[in-house]
Amino acid sequence: MNFIEARKLVHEFIRRDEDDNVESILTALDGVDLDVKQGEFVAVLGHNGSGKSTLAKHLNVLLTPGSGTLWVDGKDAGDADNLWDIRQSTGMVFQNPDNQIIASVVEEDVAFGPENIGVPTQEIWKRVEKSLRSVGMIQYREHSPNKLSGGQKQRIAIAGVMAMEPKCIVLDEPTAMLDPNGRKEVLDAVEQLNREKGMTVILITHYMEEVVRADRVYVMDDGKVVMQGTPREIFSQVDKLKSYRLDVPQVTLLAHELRKSGLQIPQGILTRQELVEALCQLY
Amino acid sequence: MLRDITIGQYYPADSVLHKLDPRTKLMATMIYILSLFVFRNLAGFAAVTAGLLAVILLSKVPVGYMVKGLRAIIVILVITAVFNLFLTPGEPLAAFWVFKITEEGLKNACLMTVRLIYLILGSSVLTLTTTPNQLTDGLEKALKPLNKIGVPVHEVSMMMSIALRFIPILIEETDKIMKAQLARGADFESGNLVKKAKSMVPLLVPLFISAFRRANDLALAMEARCYHGGQGRTKMKPLKYKKADGIAYLAALGYFAAVILLRRFL
Repeated sequence: MNFIEARKLVHEFIRRDEDDNVESILTALDGVDLDVKQGEFVAVLGHNGSGKSTLAKHLNVLLTPGSGTLWVDGKDAGDADNLWDIRQSTGMVFQNPDNQIIASVVEEDVAFGPENIGVPTQEIWKRVEKSLRSVGMIQYREHSPNKLSGGQKQRIAIAGVMAMEPKCIVLDEPTAMLDPNGRKEVLDAVEQLNREKGMTVILITHYMEEVVRADRVYVMDDGKVVMQGTPREIFSQVDKLKSYRLDVPQVTLLAHELRKSGLQIPQGILTRQELVEALCQLY
Repeated sequence: MLRDITIGQYYPADSVLHKLDPRTKLMATMIYILSLFVFRNLAGFAAVTAGLLAVILLSKVPVGYMVKGLRAIIVILVITAVFNLFLTPGEPLAAFWVFKITEEGLKNACLMTVRLIYLILGSSVLTLTTTPNQLTDGLEKALKPLNKIGVPVHEVSMMMSIALRFIPILIEETDKIMKAQLARGADFESGNLVKKAKSMVPLLVPLFISAFRRANDLALAMEARCYHGGQGRTKMKPLKYKKADGIAYLAALGYFAAVILLRRFL
């Protein structure tokens, strides 16, 4: 069985007026199928309002499925008894770095998760040190989070999740509020966790450049999964992506335009290096 | 303005007091405050002063820094002194127009002023030597017995520590909103008190909205990290009494006994 398996997942946000009559129904998830294997790096792509954040919140059971089934780590997310188990096995990192740091000292914040699940004191110290090291923030352990940059705060948030020793980490637009340096910092840390520790990573984003690093990509639009495949497969369909109001990385776009104007270069070029090589092949 | 207040601020130093358990310090502060209302004569005053001086010296916090904290309560001090001076009935010492100063009034005024000053100085030693986190931890553990009668001790102390964490963030945010509103021609400076208060509305409304949004986000983030109240929670830094705490307790009790005895027999 896959680590995450969603079948025909539906979630509706129902707005009611004062008399409890249904005012409007917003179908945020509309029959989503999702399969993620242990150790995979999966990206979920979509513009605002495509339902990607709603999907992320299901993986951590912050929301429960309206209909359809969701299995996380072999446990049914619809069953309230599995709530804490699932939250422990899939950690979650949110968009705003300030609003997810609880303590006023870095190491105490990282310890928050393990404290909640009742890890013994000695073990907490070990885990805090290990997870701060894994995101390269060990030298800041006694600092106040207020003095850190956005990228550093986000890495602290990742360390906080790591300290609970989850099998999977879900990042809900972790870079949306960061500058380019911070974005790179955070993504490098995430990629390292995936490659070196075999952590399953689900990255929710609307930045195309971040998706290139993933093993597989899901594209969402209007609550549905509309495309899925490797980054190369996805980005070779430039016109289709544009119809979902998504941009492709600039290099891919350039390659696409060159191809359209008659140059013999392959589809789905993802990096500058690849484009350079493809162009050199021509002459 | 907020930066001038030294009450409630932590002063990092390496002293015996800094290393004491926060519960010990809380208890000793309570005893000290009680003792302020016990002493009545000069001998008692001397004992309290000696106690306060000893603690201040032990804390390694500069005395000047501590005295600065008194500026915040200068108005209260003056009002208390004046009221006590003129409104205590008794043997008149001097009188002019409708005012008269009595002997008891003079005594009371001095006593109350000294009490207030000592109260602020003494309790600021607690906050100057204890980080806010230690303080909330200490309160949580010290008040734990109240849990049995239904007081949500863990929840309250969690709220306190989160509030402390968000104070700098909200101050920064206020500053940001203020600048944004100034850029659109808002005027926070001129006009009388009513007008000034009214001009705060465009500052407070966005601040509140953003604070609620943050609270919502934070609650989600805490839930995602398995927070479910104080039950079954362990601590990274559990509080443990050490030898120094025992000595401190004994010293505090000895001091209290001395103050009581001085009141009784002198």
